[in-house]
Amino acid sequence: MTFPTVIFYVFAAILVFAGVRVITTRNAVHAALWLVLSFFTAAGIWLLLRAEFLAIALVLVYVGAVMVLFLFVLMMLDVNFDNLRIHFRSYIPVGATVGALVLLEMALVLVGGVVKGGAVEATPQVSNTRELGKLLYIDYVYPFEIAAVILLVAIVAAIALTYRRRKETRYQDPAQQVKVRREDRVRIVSMPTEKRDA
Amino acid sequence: MSFLTAPTLAHYLVLGAIMFAISMAGIFLNRKNVIILLMAIELMLLAVNLNFIAFSYYLDDMAGQVFVFFILTVAAAESAIGLAILVLLFRNVGSINVDDLGELKG
Repeated sequence: MTFPTVIFYVFAAILVFAGVRVITTRNAVHAALWLVLSFFTAAGIWLLLRAEFLAIALVLVYVGAVMVLFLFVLMMLDVNFDNLRIHFRSYIPVGATVGALVLLEMALVLVGGVVKGGAVEATPQVSNTRELGKLLYIDYVYPFEIAAVILLVAIVAAIALTYRRRKETRYQDPAQQVKVRREDRVRIVSMPTEKRDA
Repeated sequence: MSFLTAPTLAHYLVLGAIMFAISMAGIFLNRKNVIILLMAIELMLLAVNLNFIAFSYYLDDMAGQVFVFFILTVAAAESAIGLAILVLLFRNVGSINVDDLGELKG
């Protein structure tokens, strides 16, 4: 048992346990926190596979942004989660059956010996981030741009979906402001001057 | 214990398969709760990404990691839009129970 082997088994055990807790825990906030743990452990396993950039990206993007978004939504919505678990036990047989079937099918593929890994280079010559960056900005630059557009669409869609105009709030209308003329704002009144008292 | 050797490609693929099966079962178990469904989908994408990275490492091909990058991008977009829809849903229906969403009568 070498050190990477121990790390792999420990992390795999934590990952599987956290995954099981995500789907079985009663409180949805706890489920989100278990999901954070599973993302962290997955990042550790990715580090074992020398995918440093993606491991850090997983921690930064998922743990730092997406899970915070999940927790925000969870705490913002006043949901009674107990009502959602009324029939939880009755779904266990079908859920376990489907899960076992999926696992069995994948195990059949793996046991058949279809997949074989090649020999792995002992120590890579260049850093993972540099290699990935080269590939991303040279060979995959067009898909990279499309990914950027997808993110933009997601931003616009998320804001447009949740945007709500409140009636009681006062808004400025830029079109009206631009169209305004002097006559609308200033009225010159001609009247005789008042006499000063005493 | 012959399988307790240094991790090979099969170890990582089995781990990915287990995670995928767990999230598949989670979708069936939590079919009422849209938030947990979204979390199960995230877990599923994580399992797929693990497979991609394992293949990338053992076949010595960086293209797998590029695909993981794109999957992460699309998954982040998906969860952002999914949560936005969820908020909208809760505002309009007052519930996130899947059973209460049968508004469209065909």
